[in-house]
Amino acid sequence: MASKINTFTRNKIVPFLFFALFLSFSNFIKASDGHEPENHDNHVAVDTTKKKKVDMAAIAIEHVLDSHSWHLWGDHHDATVIPLPVILKGNNGFSFFSSSKFENDVHGTHVVEINGERFVNFEEDIYYASETPNAHGQYLEMHADAKGKMHPTNAKPLDFSITKCTAQLLLSALVLILLFTSIARAYKKTGVTSAPKGKQSFLEPLIVFVRDEIAKSNIGPEKYEKYVPYLLTVFFLILINNILGLIPISANLTGNIAFTFVLAVITFIVTTISANKAYWGHIFLPPAPVALYPILIPLEFLGIFTKPFALMIRLFANMTAGHIIVISLVGLIFAFESYFISPVAVGFALFIDILECLVALLQAYIFTLLTALFIGSAMVEHHHEEHSEEAAHH
Amino acid sequence: MNLFILGSLITPGIGLIFWTSVVFLLLVGILGKFAWKPILNAIKTREKNISDALASAESALNDMRELKSNNEKILAQAREERDALMKEAREAKESIIAEAKTKATKESERILASAREQINNEKNAAITDLKNQVATLSIDIAEKILKSDLSSDEKQKALVNNLMKDVNLN
Repeated sequence: MASKINTFTRNKIVPFLFFALFLSFSNFIKASDGHEPENHDNHVAVDTTKKKKVDMAAIAIEHVLDSHSWHLWGDHHDATVIPLPVILKGNNGFSFFSSSKFENDVHGTHVVEINGERFVNFEEDIYYASETPNAHGQYLEMHADAKGKMHPTNAKPLDFSITKCTAQLLLSALVLILLFTSIARAYKKTGVTSAPKGKQSFLEPLIVFVRDEIAKSNIGPEKYEKYVPYLLTVFFLILINNILGLIPISANLTGNIAFTFVLAVITFIVTTISANKAYWGHIFLPPAPVALYPILIPLEFLGIFTKPFALMIRLFANMTAGHIIVISLVGLIFAFESYFISPVAVGFALFIDILECLVALLQAYIFTLLTALFIGSAMVEHHHEEHSEEAAHH
Repeated sequence: MNLFILGSLITPGIGLIFWTSVVFLLLVGILGKFAWKPILNAIKTREKNISDALASAESALNDMRELKSNNEKILAQAREERDALMKEAREAKESIIAEAKTKATKESERILASAREQINNEKNAAITDLKNQVATLSIDIAEKILKSDLSSDEKQKALVNNLMKDVNLN
């Protein structure tokens, strides 16, 4: 009995302990108040021409993008953030330092010197710092594009930082491992003679759904089994990050194109490896008149790539769009500079948030379903020969 | 819309690509070995147990049904057998009765025949006896006639009357 209680409390405590450790390692910092106020003014001048007007579009995009530290609240140098490790592969090899070294600067005004190299953070991209600052105090060579927007022309190191998205990815991976290994233990402990209970009974229908409705029905009852672990991992990783993404301070991982890109590439690789002769036959020897081959073959060949590409864009666009809508609705309050708009803005934002809960589940389902569908279609047996034979008989 | 920021929105960062690949592949490996495999096996085993239990229940039901139909068959057989037995018994009874009847008829006929024969014999004996007596009587009469006077009519008549008196006609 005592051991049962112990394991119970331990299971509950482990995630909290991890989070506490996470926080204590990264030790909350608050940027000093008196830090270079002139720089602050500078970047406002860089950012917007009118000082008062808030650029909501930029803020919305900024919120759905990745960042080098985990922003909690506050603005600019006064912001409270969780610093995260920055890992750069520069000319002098790898450099490791805490994102707190940038002191919340995202305008290229604060140089971090490490490993004989100098880096600045400009809008969450890390550049090699110039020797001397420009007129706005930025250690960057700024260049105006056709639209008059200033871009840095400095070189960039390869950035392997544990960004906000990476941190959330690691966190969600850990949660998934703890959650599902504990469920696996529950099955081992109670065996299969008893009905599932607790989180087991909540997640088992989802697991069975992915196995039966997604894997089995799309890949086929003979070959689906070896793809189930992959599909389950895709489904739950996307689902948990879609849901985490709804929490205001969290990262927009599933709405980050790098994340969806990797998943789509893996789907592409898995599909291509599983593809049988019929799949390639359909692409390079389509069942059509030979005269159409010059059009059909490139189209079919392109289809190999457009399918995972659509997969990448769909998840990214859905999650990002949802977040931008919520931020824009909340942003109405700041755009109108009136409290009276807040009931409308909050009402709409709440509605969209509830919709997003559905979208979170739906997009995880669709991504997994389409992945299974692509794998299944690459493994389907060809029937054209049979048809032509039948036709010959007739 | 700020196209530069939009551009960074759709430009995948090398760092996140790297970390996502690493984490995802590790996650597939770790979850596959320590979570999905035991969970899926357990679910499969349970499903197999359930389907087995259902199948065995079904087969038990079938067995019972079979047993029941067997019982009914046996019962029907028994009923048939009983009917056959009863029929046989009835036939036996009837045949016994009929036999008894024929035997009785035969016996009675035999008895009647023997009685008839006996009567015949007795009658014959009586006739013979009567014949004998008549003969004797006739002889006696003749003797007496011979002995008496047969000269006159009266005498003859007297004699006959006399004789007739003596005749004791039974």
